[in-house]
Amino acid sequence: MNNIIIPALSIGAIGLVLGALLALASKIFHVEVNEKAVEITEVLPGANCGACGFAGCSAYAQAVADGNAKINCCCPGGQNTADSIANIMGMQSEIVEEKKAVILCSGEEGIANDKYNYVGELDCIVASKLQGGGAKDCSYGCLGYGSCVKVCRNNAIKIVNGIAVVDEEKCGGCGECVSVCPKKVIEIIPKKNKIYVKCKSCDKGAIVKNKCSIGCIGCKICEKNCPEGAITVTDNCASIDYSKCTECGLCIEKCPKKIIIDGGINA
Amino acid sequence: MGALIGIALTSIFVQNFVLVKFYGICPFLGVSKKVDTALGMGMAVTFVMTLASIMTTICQKYILVPLKIEYMQTIAFIVIIAALVQFVEMFLQKSIPSLYSSLGIYLPLITTNCAVLGVALLNVRSASVISSAESYTLIEAIVNGFSAGLGFLIAIVLFAGVRERLESSDIPKALQGFPIALISASLLAIAFLGFQGMNF
Repeated sequence: MNNIIIPALSIGAIGLVLGALLALASKIFHVEVNEKAVEITEVLPGANCGACGFAGCSAYAQAVADGNAKINCCCPGGQNTADSIANIMGMQSEIVEEKKAVILCSGEEGIANDKYNYVGELDCIVASKLQGGGAKDCSYGCLGYGSCVKVCRNNAIKIVNGIAVVDEEKCGGCGECVSVCPKKVIEIIPKKNKIYVKCKSCDKGAIVKNKCSIGCIGCKICEKNCPEGAITVTDNCASIDYSKCTECGLCIEKCPKKIIIDGGINA
Repeated sequence: MGALIGIALTSIFVQNFVLVKFYGICPFLGVSKKVDTALGMGMAVTFVMTLASIMTTICQKYILVPLKIEYMQTIAFIVIIAALVQFVEMFLQKSIPSLYSSLGIYLPLITTNCAVLGVALLNVRSASVISSAESYTLIEAIVNGFSAGLGFLIAIVLFAGVRERLESSDIPKALQGFPIALISASLLAIAFLGFQGMNF
């Protein structure tokens, strides 16, 4: 009889003691969890894309609940999510600034020259690690092997004529493609803005002309003509400050290379 | 001291938990896609293994042996490890939130990791080749637990490095994904066979 009672009692006692200790510990180490953060996590899409600038949906929810973040940062969730969060937080809903990805390269086949014929695996990350950073003569250009296409969850990117093209309608602005692109040739801009500089070459003008018939040569004509001071040329390439740009279109007119484009028409 | 170093080297290399004994294969294959996460998992396992070695050895020496119920050690150890991991999780959440969030889901996962139970059981078996004692003393058990965890850490980080490179390799279609991971794991295990025969 002892053979059963002793082990049963002693193992039972171990379990009981441990259980009591855990119960005690849960009282001592109790952590206040913000109820609102839990609720907000539930209304978020759960994509953990990081477009809001936080590590994931729960991190963003925590930041909103703590009052450290705006409620309109979730691009994939859009206006509906912002409204739900506003409901939970008891705040006025704010308009979500939708974003989109744009490809800062115009070097289609025939426009940009190639250094060599590449017959390896069709993957930008692999190709970019080869001699000269890929086959394209311009070391800043889109390689067009579609690493961004593979990561896009909305199927918004296609490869057309050797460069990536974003379907503005489908793009949710999550920025997955930006982080995967080895050439860093993709940028996230506000969806309402149409004008962007479709080149990212930091080479000097003369070198750009040899490599690509269309690239930005850094002539600064746009910078001088922009009435809002929204365009600056740094490292031989123009870039637009979207907080200042009014979409007047003067830069498109003045650009000698026609590399500043209105994405509403050309994309 | 020499004996302790011998125990440590044995469980890190010669009797590596993952690559020689084949314990803890689930997290080894599951969380080894990126070096960062592999490192997190390895650290968490090392931490829990060390604590579990202490607790289970004490339990064996002062509860199970005096009551002559050593055959209950599996159940007792599982209960102790599970409770320990729960406790550590609560403690970290309260005291060191940054460590808690970086270990994340790995901590609760470790409760069911057979490598942890394995190290606890091996500690109390007469597996010691160096000392004439029946089982490891408390100090030896702690060293064994810590270095077994370290062995796990080394194995999983090495393997994660291999898998990261596999991502961008040209692999025959039939072998893509999990098959090639298993093949490279076995190659890694063969490499660790080179330590066999070393006796400390």
